[in-house]
Order: sequence, then C-alpha cells, then structure tokens
Amino acid sequence: MPEDIHLKINGQAVSAPAGSTILKAASSVGVEIPTICYHDYCTSNGLCRICVVEVSGARTLTPACVAKVNEGMEIQTDSPRVRRARKTILEMLAASVDLSDAPDIQAMLVEYQAQPDRYPDAQTRSPEVIQDNPMYIRDYAKCILCWRCVQVCAEDAQFTYAINFSGRGYRTQIGTFFNRPIPETTCVFCGQCIGVCPTGALKPKKQWLMEQGQTTDEIMRLTRSQRRAKTKKTTQPAPEGGAA
Amino acid sequence: MDDLDLSPLKDRLRLLQPKGRSGLLPALHTAQDLYGYIPEFAAEEIARTLRVPLADVYGVIDFYALFLKQPAARTVIHVCADPACAMAGADGVMKRFSQSVASKNTAEGSLPELVVERAPCLGLCEHAPAVLVQGRGATASSAQSYQDLVKGKPEHPRSVIGRSINLLTANCGKGRPTTLEEYRQSGGYQALEKALSMRPGEIITMVKASGLVGRGGAAFPTGMKWEAAANAPGEIRYLVCNADEAEPGTFKDRVMMEEDPHRLLEGMIIAAYAVGAQKAYLYIRGEYLYPYEVMSRAIDEAAAAGWIGETIHGSDFRFEIEIRRGAGAYICGEETALFESIEGKRGFPRLKPPFPTTAGLFGRPTVINNVETLCNVPLILNLGAEEYRKIGTEKSPGPKLFCLSGDVARPGLYEVPFGIPLRVLLEELAGGVRGQRPLQAILFGGAAGVFTTEKDLDVRLSFEDLRAVGLPLGSGVITVFDDTRDMRDICYRLARFFAEESCGKCYPCQIGTQRQEEILHRINRSQPQSEDWDRLQDIGWTMSDASICGLGQTAASAVLSAMRLWPHLFKPSV
Ligand SMILES: Cc1cc2nc3c(=O)[nH]c(=O)nc-3n(C[C@H](O)[C@H](O)[C@H](O)COP(=O)(O)O)c2cc1C
Ligand code: SF4
Ligand code: SF4
Ligand code: FES
Ligand code: FES
Repeated sequence: MPEDIHLKINGQAVSAPAGSTILKAASSVGVEIPTICYHDYCTSNGLCRICVVEVSGARTLTPACVAKVNEGMEIQTDSPRVRRARKTILEMLAASVDLSDAPDIQAMLVEYQAQPDRYPDAQTRSPEVIQDNPMYIRDYAKCILCWRCVQVCAEDAQFTYAINFSGRGYRTQIGTFFNRPIPETTCVFCGQCIGVCPTGALKPKKQWLMEQGQTTDEIMRLTRSQRRAKTKKTTQPAPEGGAA
Repeated sequence: MDDLDLSPLKDRLRLLQPKGRSGLLPALHTAQDLYGYIPEFAAEEIARTLRVPLADVYGVIDFYALFLKQPAARTVIHVCADPACAMAGADGVMKRFSQSVASKNTAEGSLPELVVERAPCLGLCEHAPAVLVQGRGATASSAQSYQDLVKGKPEHPRSVIGRSINLLTANCGKGRPTTLEEYRQSGGYQALEKALSMRPGEIITMVKASGLVGRGGAAFPTGMKWEAAANAPGEIRYLVCNADEAEPGTFKDRVMMEEDPHRLLEGMIIAAYAVGAQKAYLYIRGEYLYPYEVMSRAIDEAAAAGWIGETIHGSDFRFEIEIRRGAGAYICGEETALFESIEGKRGFPRLKPPFPTTAGLFGRPTVINNVETLCNVPLILNLGAEEYRKIGTEKSPGPKLFCLSGDVARPGLYEVPFGIPLRVLLEELAGGVRGQRPLQAILFGGAAGVFTTEKDLDVRLSFEDLRAVGLPLGSGVITVFDDTRDMRDICYRLARFFAEESCGKCYPCQIGTQRQEEILHRINRSQPQSEDWDRLQDIGWTMSDASICGLGQTAASAVLSAMRLWPHLFKPSV
C-alpha cells in the first residue's frame, strides 16, 4: 500500500494514496472537477485545461487530471480564478467547433454560465464531413482535438498508426498520410477511435446516415455494395457522395 | 513524379537509418534539399527506412513551416514582417516584390519563377527589413526589386556590435568566423584544458559559485541545473545547446555562432565533461543556414584538433556533438518541445514534471542550455568564480548581451555588465531614438515581453531591478518605438506571431491565440467592439494562467501591458 498524502481540498482535510492525481483525490471525497480530454483508458496529456485548480503557492493554475497530490497541498477547485479560466475556455471552444453532439460540454457551458456566442466573429473550424469508407464518417467540424483517437490508434490500444495530426495551432486537424482515404491507410476498422470520441466527430456510418434521415433499407443497400467494392478493390475507396 | 529519382535519397537515408525515428528531421531536410520539397514517395521511403508510421511522418512534415509538401518555386524569398522589420518597411518590400513577381510568373503549368512569403522574425532584426533568399539571410533595405536580391549571391549582413565590455564578444565584429587558430591565439581552449585537470564536481561547484543563470529566458541557475543532471541516476546523459533563437527581436545567439563558434564549442565541451554527458546536440533553428554552416565547420576543426572525439587531449573523456536543424517552429525553442523535435516528433511541449534533468532527451537526464549561457562558461573557468562575480551586480553576475532593434540609431548586439541603466545602453551606446524623435515605447523581452515607456529609462538592467518594475529580462531583447508608431499595429503583429506559432496542444493557447489575433485585427482596423476589452482580458488571463508552456503563458503579456499603458487604443471611440 502506498503511503497516504495529506492535503486540503476546498478547506476540507483529505488523505489520498501517494501518486494519485488531484482529480482522483477530489473525487474520493465527492468533489467533482470537470474534465474534457481526460479518459480513464487513454494517456492523459493534460491539454484541455478545463480541470485546472488553484494550488496555493503555484504560479499558474494546475491541471487536476495529471498533477499528483503532495503533502500539505492546499487546493481550491472552484475559486473565481478557476471559474474564469474554465468559462473562457468553454466560450472559446464553443466559438470554434460544433458542440451539438457533445452534451457533457453543453452541460458545462450552462454550469459555468458561459456564453457560447461570446465571440461572434470568430473563425470556426468547419471542414466538410469525410465519407471515405463504409464503416465510419469523420466530421472534424465537431473535433475538439482531445487526441484520444490518435492515441487509441497508436500505443494506447491498437498499434495501427493510421491517423495523426496535420497543421498546427488553431489549424491542427486529425488526418492521415497526405490525407489519403482511410481504406488506403493501415486502419483495421477496429472502431476504437469511434468509441473514445467524445463529440460525435467520429461516428459509425450507419448511425450517421440514419441521422441524415436515411431508412435502414437504404443504408443496408448502400453499405453492402460498398463493402463489396472494398473487397474487390482495396486501394480504391468506393465512390461516394460528397459531404451532406 | 516519375522523373524524380529515389536513389540519391536512398543513399543518404542509409546513413540516417541507425538513428531510427530520431533521424526524421534530418531525413526530411535531405529530401527537401534533393527535390525542392518533400514528395509523397520520398516521405514513404523515409517512413520505411526509419520505421516511422506514415501518418506520423506526415504529422511531422505538416508541423514545421519550412517543410514543403508541394514544389514551391525556383526561388523562394521570405520577408520578415514582425515589428522591427515592419517598422523598416517590410510590408512595402512584400508588396513591391510580389508585384514584380506577378508580372513574371506567367508560364502555365510550370513552376513559378519566384514566390514571396511572409515569415516570422528571422533573427536579423538589426538589418531590418530582413529577408531570406533561398534560405540565406539578407537585408532588403536597399533592394528596389527582388532582382536586386536574386542577382549574384547576397552577402550575409555584417553584424553590428556595440559594447562597454568585451568579454563575450571579444572575437566578434570581424564579419567572419574566428578560426580555431585565432581562437587559440586569443587564449581559447585554455579554459577547457583547465577544466580537464579538475574533477567534474569541482567545475559544477565553480559554476554554482559564479552565480551564472540561464540566458535563454527562464533565468534558471545553471550550476544547480548541472548538479541535478549529474546526480540523476543512469549512465547515459545528454547535453543540449538551445540555438533555436526565434523570439522576435533576438539575434544574439546567431551573432555568437557566426563570429566566435569555438567559444560556444568550448563551453559545450566543458559543460558535458562537468555533467558526464558523452553526447551533445546543438539544435539550430532552420532559418539559420549560415550559422549552421559555420558551426559545422568549427566542429570539424575542433575534432581534427582533438578537442572533440574519442579522447580529448589525452583524457579518458569521450565526447561528440551532433548538429540538428529545426524546420520553422518557434515552439521548438521550448526545451521539452526541442527534445521531441530531436526525437523526430512534432514539437509538442511535454508536461512537467518530469523535468529535463531527470528525464529529458530520449528519457535520459539532460542539461539544456542557451548559446549565450554556454559562452559564459569558458569565461568563468578562466576568471574563476570570484573574479567573474565582480562583473555585473550581486544578484546578476556577469556580462549580458542585449539585442537592440526598431527605432534606435544604431541597432545591433550590445555587450554590457548587468546593472547598467537602460538609459546608458539606449542613449549612450546605441545613440538613442533614431532621428532624435521622442520615445513612445520600449518592448522588453520580445514578443513574449512587456511594453514600457520612458518612465522606466532609469531602471538598471539586472534581473532584480527589472523584476521590481515588472519587466522581464527575457533573452535580452529591447525593441524601440518612436512617437509615430501605431501600437495597435504592433500588438496585432505580435498576436499574429503567437497564433501562427502556437503548437495547438492545449486549448487556452490553441484557441486563445487565434481569438486574440482576430480581436486585435479588428482593433487595428479601428473597428473595436465594445466587449473586446473584456474579451481580451479574459483570453489573456486564461492563456497566462492555464496554458501548458511558456508560449501560451506569455502570448498575451505584451498585449495586456499595452492595454494598461494605452487603454484608449483598445476601446471604441465615443
Ligand atoms: C516558447 C518558448 C521558446 C523558447 N525559445 C528559446 C530559445 O530560442 N532559446 C533558448 O535558449 N531558450 C528558449 N526558451 C527557453 C528554454 O525552454 C529553456 O529554458 C532554455 O533553453 C534553458 O537554457 P538556459 O538555462 O541556459 O537559459 C524558450 C521557451 C519557450 C517557452
Ligand atoms: S476526432 Fe474525436 S476523438 Fe479524435 S481528437 Fe477529435 S474529438 Fe477527439
Ligand atoms: S501553451 Fe501553446 S505552445 Fe504551449 S503547449 Fe499549449 S498550445 Fe502548445
Ligand atoms: S481534463 Fe485535465 S487537461 Fe483535460
Ligand atoms: S528579423 Fe524581422 S523582426 Fe527580427
């Protein structure tokens, strides 16, 4: 058993095993800290910063999902400084991508009284939906760059390395080698990326088509012919309609 | 694509193969040198040889601004449009060149003759407006058209050195690199000889006693850093010299490398010996082609003379230096992003802890130091800690290099002891504001810095004095603005710089730099919205408080300081 660390969270004395994160220590005493990029089964990169908390003595805010507890730490998880950062991050995010399929983030917007239209003339990231394979679609207008799909495609799960990043900064996107269609990559259609995507940017094709108003019969016909096309010609993706 | 031959690439890749993924940036540079860009088939060949997933190779190509995915043009001219160059007419240069190009690039289907591109600060600020012609630095100050630059080989602009002391810059100002022989004659490599006669721990003690702190911006005590790495468990340790110098307004490391390369090498060898590193990487920004060539030659010279290699002057100390070229990414100056870059990855900063001294490059204990920091090391060995401490102030010992640019009579590199008043540096050494105009503002610390006005002219240039008035010393950048300058335009350019250079890893900076640029864009066009003030404040504080690394944490620093000094500029006029 690791030794216990003693700290204070919002004034309350807490003890937690050495090596645990602030997030886990807080949750063990019922203090919930919001998270977006964090996922129990993925490597934590501490990149969305929605989980930041105030640790006394620290120059900047601290990401609770990756920072470890220390003896004597005093933590505020909901101070004005923390709320300002969270609210601003949420508002900026809402001005960047389509969050309509991300109910958890929408709930956070309400909780932090964030105005989704705070940045009215902001340039959004809104590339067209990519339908290049029979199994799933990629709608990067909904992508919040949480990195989970890239990670499960690599060392976090599948070791297929089909997808990575393109661009940088605000223009970062998830993509393939020279934007090749998915069937021309190493993708094995394991579906892990779809499973971890928090915003509906990656979706089973069938589900997506149904949302577009297609009937089950139409979808069956469509996907069957596409599956055949794929087995016949592995390097050429089946011809498909453009973005919806 | 069929007319492109893969065999020369294959030959060169063979040499890089043992490096594995770490050979990725060198391999991509090789491909681009051969083909003018990185063709898809070359990227595939590189991926196969180095055993890097294809998607990752693409991710790396697309991260670095200097790597091209398509053929660009026979000649590419990069024009810097950051503050010092903007004030010297960079926008006009861009326009003139682009117009003359437009009339030239007519032939259909073939590659354009020439492409003119905007670039971030090229580290040639004292020669503003600065350009790169096919990767070579030049000044466009007297060029009427691009032909003036393309004709013949543009000469590398000669550095301007001013000083009140000449401890670091003693061999600088010749307009060419100091040779090994000249360096030896001026007492060079004696510090190394002395170091090799000492125990590594004694050197660390001496550097600690000297009070040397890092000159790369973070002002961390160098001796403590070395001690931590030397004491970290493990057999393999690395030394990394950070020559990524891309902070707008900074050019000191370039001048040191171009003019006195052996001083840096001597500092590196001593540092490596002290911390027990067998290998060092010298990471030079991609835009610094000439310094890269100078350093490469100097390393060959030093190796031939036995200062680098299997055994160093009879000792059992073995040491090699590998140069790495960046490829256009300011963020790779951040130490952990720089490690990622050497490892062949996108330049994403890592989370800390762990710190480099315990888990740095390739996960090993690593000391990373700035060029100027390492250039101080031979000086400390030669003088001894006590004598060294007589230079500068009690809390900021030693000499310091300052980069002056913008509206100053004599832009250039200045060497002074810590503690001289800003007024002395600006007025006595650099000749004051150009054309005797009134001073409007000084930007301290580059794009990541803070604006001030004449109210701080009497501040003494030391870490402690500057901290007391809320100014960052940063890496020693001082950019001067006269009364005619529109500070909104300057703020917009700084915001654009950060938006273009954010790595995109963490939300506050990835999105915040973009939103900040958008707002400053409309403010610069005199169209501020009434809520823009509050938006800029929220974005600025959130980036400073919640970003992963120093880039995001300082991306609003200059703007927030401008808002304090000139609030009316950021509000709609009533
Ligand atoms: C965005 C960013 C860019 C940086 N660029 C440089 C650089 O170009 N050169 C440098 O020496 N340090 C740079 N640094 C600081 C390094 O992270 C590191 O602190 C420094 O290399 C340590 O060397 P020193 O202790 O000798 O100063 C940068 C930091 C950040 C956050
Ligand atoms: S596609 Fe989904 S899982 Fe992948 S980075 Fe975007 S939001 Fe995250
Ligand atoms: S602060 Fe900016 S540059 Fe640094 S990790 Fe975050 S996004 Fe990248
Ligand atoms: S949840 Fe902690 S940084 Fe994203
Ligand atoms: S070279 Fe243009 S600002 Fe530095």
